[in-house]
Amino acid sequence: MSAAASVSAAPAAGAPLLEIEGLCKSFFGVEVLHKVGFTVHAGRVLGLVGENGSGKSTTMNIIGGVHQMDSGRIMFGGADYRPKGPRDASKQGIAFIHQELNLFRNLSIAENLFITEFPKLVPGLPFIDRGAARKRASELLAAVDLDIPPTTLVNRLSQGERQLVEIAKALGAKAKIIIFDEPTTSLTTRETDRLFDIINKLRQQGIAIIYISHILDDIMRLCDDIVVLRDGNLVGKALKADMTIERMISLMVGRNIDQLFPPRDSAIAAGPPVLEVRNITQRGTVKDISFSLRAGEVLGVSGLMGAGRSELARILFGIDDFGSGEIIVNGKALTKPTPTVCMDNGMAFLTEDRRAEGLMMEAPIDHNIALSSLQAYAGGFAHKIDSTRLNADVSKMSASVQIGARDIANTLVKNLSGGNQQKVVIGKWLLREPTVFILDEPTRGIDVGAKNEVYKIINRLAAGGAGILMISSEIEELVGMSDRIMVMAHGEIRATFERGAFDREELLRAAMWDGIRSNAK
Amino acid sequence: MNGYRNRFAMLALQNAPLLLFAVLVIVFGLMSDRFLTPVNFLNIINQSSHIAIIAIGMTFVLLIAGIDLSVGANMYLSAAILGVFFVGMPPLVAFPLVAVLGLAFGAFNGFMITQLRVAAFITTLSTLFIGRGIALYFSGNKMVPFSKDVLTFGRTAYLGIPSAIWVFALVLIIALIVLKMTTFGRQVYAVGADPDAAAKAGINVRRVTFAVYCICGVCAAVGGLVSGSQVAVASSTFGFQKEFPVIAAAVLGGTSLFGGRGGVLGTVFGAVLIQTVENGLVMTNANPYIYPLVISVIIFIAVFTDSSRTTVLERLERRKIRVEPD
Repeated sequence: MSAAASVSAAPAAGAPLLEIEGLCKSFFGVEVLHKVGFTVHAGRVLGLVGENGSGKSTTMNIIGGVHQMDSGRIMFGGADYRPKGPRDASKQGIAFIHQELNLFRNLSIAENLFITEFPKLVPGLPFIDRGAARKRASELLAAVDLDIPPTTLVNRLSQGERQLVEIAKALGAKAKIIIFDEPTTSLTTRETDRLFDIINKLRQQGIAIIYISHILDDIMRLCDDIVVLRDGNLVGKALKADMTIERMISLMVGRNIDQLFPPRDSAIAAGPPVLEVRNITQRGTVKDISFSLRAGEVLGVSGLMGAGRSELARILFGIDDFGSGEIIVNGKALTKPTPTVCMDNGMAFLTEDRRAEGLMMEAPIDHNIALSSLQAYAGGFAHKIDSTRLNADVSKMSASVQIGARDIANTLVKNLSGGNQQKVVIGKWLLREPTVFILDEPTRGIDVGAKNEVYKIINRLAAGGAGILMISSEIEELVGMSDRIMVMAHGEIRATFERGAFDREELLRAAMWDGIRSNAK
Repeated sequence: MNGYRNRFAMLALQNAPLLLFAVLVIVFGLMSDRFLTPVNFLNIINQSSHIAIIAIGMTFVLLIAGIDLSVGANMYLSAAILGVFFVGMPPLVAFPLVAVLGLAFGAFNGFMITQLRVAAFITTLSTLFIGRGIALYFSGNKMVPFSKDVLTFGRTAYLGIPSAIWVFALVLIIALIVLKMTTFGRQVYAVGADPDAAAKAGINVRRVTFAVYCICGVCAAVGGLVSGSQVAVASSTFGFQKEFPVIAAAVLGGTSLFGGRGGVLGTVFGAVLIQTVENGLVMTNANPYIYPLVISVIIFIAVFTDSSRTTVLERLERRKIRVEPD
């Protein structure tokens, strides 16, 4: 801790570089980090693992200056560290390589490396010294073993090469700590190997690495220290030698399902298939997806972020096209599905992002609920809307989904809580009486009480004979609600579990198949 | 397979204006024997100068995915002030003053957009009316004749090349240097590609935004000056609806309305293309009433090409979940 002076020059390998103590953070009154503390050492790689929503990203966003901590203390190189923003963090020597890379694809590599500070022809004048920029860029690229002319447009680089450019940028900014967030999800095996070589090289140069990944195999291969988070708490902190993949998994799960989930009567789920999917394949997205959803059934879809769940949902609802395969809804094959065709055939789709795709924020509740059903209430010569009948049904629906606002004609949706907004979207779809309802993260960002009400609505809908496809990142939610759970990874279905055989560790294992194929078998 | 088709589509889309230009030159050349002459081509470039100059400024704005509808009004206001107030002044004083006026006009747009956070479309739509309104007020709703100096400037040719083309070339060279060789120029492209990423990378997005509207303002005023020196008087329709050919020139030249793509060389080509059409229509004695129709078809082609290009690009760049062997 007294290494303040020596750190800025060349940190001794193994010296503590970033010490985090008692880090707390809440969003809108919900605590997402509770007294998290760990130490990052110079010249070592720290692996950070945890389920979706365990607080990994929040922790890193605090270090990277994106969010401010509520309480706690971070020491960086022996001095108090409280970045005012991402720019400040990067100035102090923290580089954050996001999953979605932060490069300008319309510019060259060199331009991306120096976009804020180009070398100048004459100091004081604004003219860029292109030669010097190219030369400096070449040096940085050589440091990451990337043998590409720096004048190449980023557009032309592969995902792996772009990542190396980001690392070169971090080196150019003299980063002391480099944070990687899921760096390998879109890399090929060879690119991954190359990335790991570079990371090892950086480690030898005394740079500290924080490596976030779901791929536990990579964590074991690469990291010196491992930190496990669950629900915003630190649940494990160990050297690699003292950690196994099995132990990481059991630390990551291990929650109790409380009374959050209303009881389900599984006996109902025996109806005819309402949605049959056969060998749906779309290059680069999903491969060979087949399943069937019966009336009255809740089919859960589990998987990590980027497993292709939302992409599958978008294909099923006709938003994105697919290469080959068959989608059969209520016995009818949809050859060229579009959202309109899907809706006409009794499908409904609750999107992941209700703000952007599901709601008119500036309109009142009743308009939102009525939106997708207007045609059913229009008739006669001018297709005039029968507003008496519509208003009656909309009021009934609003009461049925229990939207907590009295005046549905004058309350704007933007003024509702997240939970009530979600109920408005659900109400909108239910008014169409769908037989196949695809729910993508139906309870994301809503509080526990509202979650419970959403679960009750889902159960009621299933009891009424609709088939429900529920995508969720919360394993508890899927275990509590589903009759069956299928697990996706890399755009494929990796496993299917029947109710009664749900085992959270097994589910996670299936989702992380890549990560454990060599060690656990 | 799909990739090849996309790449082919891309190639065709990227070169659509060039193809159009070739077709037009051939058609007009066949229809009129006066069209394919060096004199006529110098004439086309001379007549397209003012549009090209303004479109160069517009390119900066479009590159950050902004828009400036007020360029025609800025042109008129600058010309009106030149004709009404700067009558006795020597050109060496008056002309730079006009450019400064244009800068102020652009700075006002930039201030509204970056500081008061009014959408660029609304801001510049309102300054379009404000600018024309002030100009009409100053000119007393009458034609404004320009001084002798201005007309002399407009009629002079240096080394056989009209002064308008010299100004045009000067503006083009400065713009090229700024866009290609300065940090600011590169940051314009970065902001247009992704303003959030640009802010995260430490670029002062507001300052860049403000600056491009200032540049556009200066170019509009200079364009007004050049045009004024050619037509001798500024009538109340001077600069009227010029925003359309100006934006069309930039978009025809490959600058995207969605930001981040394009450049001033393409813009200049677009401006010349539009003037070629007008010139060709005159040469072939076409009915003057179909001019707007033809121009609007070309603008439509430009905008359509741009959005098709964006769609194809989006398809090419969609995020992949699965890594598939090629």
